[in-house]
Amino acid sequence: MTALFLRLILRPLAGEKLRTALMVLAVTLGVAVVVAIDLAAEAATSSFRASMESLTGESELEIAATGGVDENLFARLATTPMPVRLTPRLEGFAEVAATRAVVPLLGLDLAQPGPTTAAGQSGGDGNLEHLRDPRSIWVSRSLGLDVNRETRLTVNDRTETYIVRGVFDARDQAIVMDIGAAQQALGRVGRIDRIEVSLPKGSDTVAWTQRLQAAVPTGVEVRPRGLAQDQNRKMLTGFRWNLMALSYISLIVGAFLIYNAIAVSVVRRRAEIGIVRALGLTRGQVMGLFLAESAAFGLAGGALGLILGRVMAEGAVKLLGATVEQLYVSSRPGDIVLTAGIVAKALFIGLAASLIAALAPAREAALVAPVEAMARGRRQHQARLHLGRRGLFGFAAAALAAIAYRQDAIDGRPLFGYVAVFLIIAAAAWFMPAIVTVVARVLGSIAFRTLGVEGLLAARSLWASVDRASVLASALTISIAMLVAVGIMVGSFRETVSIWMEGQLQADLYIRPATGGGANRYPTMSAEVAETVRATEGVQAVDRFRVYEIDFRGKPALLGGGDSSVVRISRRTSFMPGQDRDAILAKMSQGGDYAIVSEPFANKHKVRAGDRITVPLGAANPTFEILGVYFDYSNERGWIVVDRTTLLRYLPDPAPSSLAVYVRPGAEPDEVRRRIEKATAGRSLATFSNRSLRVEALRIFDRTFAIAWALEAVAILVAVLGVAGALIALVIDRRREVGLLRFLGASAGQVKRMVLCEAGLLGLVSNGAGLLLGYILSFVLIYVINVQSFGWTMRFHWPVTLLIAALSIVYLATLAAALYPARLAASLNPIEVIHEE
Amino acid sequence: MDPLLRLERVTKEYSSDGAKVAALSDVSLSFDAGQFVALVGRSGCGKSTLLNLSGAMDFPTTGEVWIGEAQTSQLNDAALTALRRTRIGFVFQFFQLLPTLTVAENVELPALLAGLPKAREKALEQLRWVEMEALAARYPHQLSGGQMQRVAIARALVNSPRLVLADEPIGNLDTVTGGIVLDLLARAAREQGALVMMATHSLESAERCDRVIRLRDGHVE
Repeated sequence: MTALFLRLILRPLAGEKLRTALMVLAVTLGVAVVVAIDLAAEAATSSFRASMESLTGESELEIAATGGVDENLFARLATTPMPVRLTPRLEGFAEVAATRAVVPLLGLDLAQPGPTTAAGQSGGDGNLEHLRDPRSIWVSRSLGLDVNRETRLTVNDRTETYIVRGVFDARDQAIVMDIGAAQQALGRVGRIDRIEVSLPKGSDTVAWTQRLQAAVPTGVEVRPRGLAQDQNRKMLTGFRWNLMALSYISLIVGAFLIYNAIAVSVVRRRAEIGIVRALGLTRGQVMGLFLAESAAFGLAGGALGLILGRVMAEGAVKLLGATVEQLYVSSRPGDIVLTAGIVAKALFIGLAASLIAALAPAREAALVAPVEAMARGRRQHQARLHLGRRGLFGFAAAALAAIAYRQDAIDGRPLFGYVAVFLIIAAAAWFMPAIVTVVARVLGSIAFRTLGVEGLLAARSLWASVDRASVLASALTISIAMLVAVGIMVGSFRETVSIWMEGQLQADLYIRPATGGGANRYPTMSAEVAETVRATEGVQAVDRFRVYEIDFRGKPALLGGGDSSVVRISRRTSFMPGQDRDAILAKMSQGGDYAIVSEPFANKHKVRAGDRITVPLGAANPTFEILGVYFDYSNERGWIVVDRTTLLRYLPDPAPSSLAVYVRPGAEPDEVRRRIEKATAGRSLATFSNRSLRVEALRIFDRTFAIAWALEAVAILVAVLGVAGALIALVIDRRREVGLLRFLGASAGQVKRMVLCEAGLLGLVSNGAGLLLGYILSFVLIYVINVQSFGWTMRFHWPVTLLIAALSIVYLATLAAALYPARLAASLNPIEVIHEE
Repeated sequence: MDPLLRLERVTKEYSSDGAKVAALSDVSLSFDAGQFVALVGRSGCGKSTLLNLSGAMDFPTTGEVWIGEAQTSQLNDAALTALRRTRIGFVFQFFQLLPTLTVAENVELPALLAGLPKAREKALEQLRWVEMEALAARYPHQLSGGQMQRVAIARALVNSPRLVLADEPIGNLDTVTGGIVLDLLARAAREQGALVMMATHSLESAERCDRVIRLRDGHVE
């Protein structure tokens, strides 16, 4: 068998090095993209704050509340005779003035053992004087700050000088302060974020949760430690899932090309199959030979894909890291780790995709009757077509896709959405032979009239090899369709966000602490800043907005408090159809327990206008009536927004997270901005004009989707490589015809043009089918996957210019892929090829 | 009258495993228009090589091949293509019709490749001449071997070439069908004034030609 494999399979492959290389490259790229996304997503999402968590050592439970817990609670619990260790914790962010790096700031009780033992402190001295000094900080080694050096840090809206008292080892960057100093710096005197609870070994966690819950006031929750992190991780899972699904497109395209390569291999070796069958080889052995050929493609592609994927991951992790930080949670990507699992996965998916793709052609090879094969010799690639049967499969797949389209998410994941996408792709692949047949027939006469005899020959060639052409067209169509679908989705999203920003961002200036800007960074500014700004000449109104990260029904969400009366006058917040904006905001501004929620929140938690939701706030569990659901695209976690007076009733901290400033009619915003900056000098604030905020938002938007474009580009590249490889095969298989044309008076240029016409027609069919398929897929992406993953709806929008540009590039790339095969065809020696048979 | 085709001291050598093998050695021949010529000899004697050199598909190692006023080895690719389009028609043993084209399309193909006007009319005219007009819309796989070869002859004649080269045109046909094909080739020489040069194993076929060239080991006997 091995000898037979070498002679029948490997030797011909070695004889066609370029085509073989292109096929391996197709699998390589498919695997590389999956590996790169896997590695990068793991590095960008799984490491966040993990090392910070370990700074305080092991603990099982945590006591937390929205807006933090009163430090007196800690004092009370600490003096209660219980065999548990309690560790208070305060969290925020600080910007290192010298490097502008924004780093997590942790307030810990440094008098307790904890960070020094858990993280391996060095260079510190544990001097009590230092602990009492509010300027003392301890920093992670990766920050590169020396012990006893002064360093300027911006915390909230203040920049102060601190002294590095020690350095500790941690994977992520962090700054630690004694909790008292952190309370001062973060403006949260008397509050702590969490109390971590270490239980005695072997304790019943549930029992302790109940016991502690009974000991804390209303609104304070006792929960497993790291729940918030788990929730964030879960939220990130959706992000990773969508990326992962997208990353498999290249591999699917690659699989189509493997199918084509093995089908060609079977056709070419038909006579040899007949001979070896006549000599005693079983059907199973024949099938095994071709599966082994495919496995060779798969293993080579898998191994090379692993290497390439590791290299590509470096670029991907930068893009993903920025997106994760901007949209989900502040974190620095961890190291890219090539685990044994990833190695096995790369080889497995390369092998599996290749074997699945090769199954049908290998089975066809096994069914070859020895006599028939030898009698007919080598024939044109005209696999038996079962257009009717394939059409039925296509309709069945389309019907199932329609059913899957209507199903709900499972555990927040749009699994049926992915199934619908897969089924639609499968349906298109089954319909493709019929499409190619019809189009090639119809295009034949058009091609003749417009492109001359070369066009006619190309169209007829396409029609004659409809099975092969339809596989190629499927591969190209799928990659184009995904490009179109993602293009429409991103274009629709961008257009929707732009329109939404028009209504939502009505203020002339926006102010927030300099350390803000990340997905989970909501530092506050002193309450008097708002008063200062309001009193500035030229300012008409100021909307003070306060943000709290909350846990709602086990999922992370955002609670915001704003000045409804200002919003009512100034913003054009858009509510769901049928909801009266003015009436809602008027009722909100009365200060009752009313709330409005964002669309993602409503979709995630299945609530709507008129429902009531209970939100633990401070020491209370108020129930809010939802007055309306508004469109929002700022955060997928979802917002609950209440009036500022309502919020202050439960969480009486007046410090706002941001200010929206409206200037008086006739006043010059730039001038007002200068006055505000002068009036707030000494505060570390970031002020944005309306325009710069929109530009920044769209910049972040475009960066977020850059990875999707990169994945699409690779899928297109794989398909185009496949076209090149397949056209080379086609030229080799049709060399007798090419030679004949030269005998009949065709010039080298005409032969070249014929191959280019064939690629052009293939590209035309694929572009047309891809556009249609992409349009259909975009509905699944926009109305199922997007809604179930992120909870927001979009207006459908055709990004015409983008699509024309993208499809033109793909078309030109398809033609470019045909250049070498065309040259090859023109260089064939007609005498040799015509007398071969 | 100048000869239509002239070979002057033509030698054609090929390399085989590093050694040079002469397919033709010092062959000098000349042919006039309107002749039906048979090239006979055993396999490997140089018949096909002589046809390829005569059709400007290949070039002599030494010596000269003249088609009318043109010396083939002095022409560039464009001129050679033009020569083949206007002056030469080929007929093959295995017909070599394109399976994806209809009979009419196969016949008009050389005219289309040459960019000649009224290609379809010319094709139908030639099909009428070989008595295949009724099957113009069929595809090659719907024809018998003899019918296919008649279509191939019509294709070879569609551009009104002065030189028709036929490589074993009846080698794949039965005697009766072969006879019909030979008649057509003879008529092409007689009625259309073309020089028809046919390579064949069959001495019986050769006897129907105006002139017989016997080749042995690359030499004219």
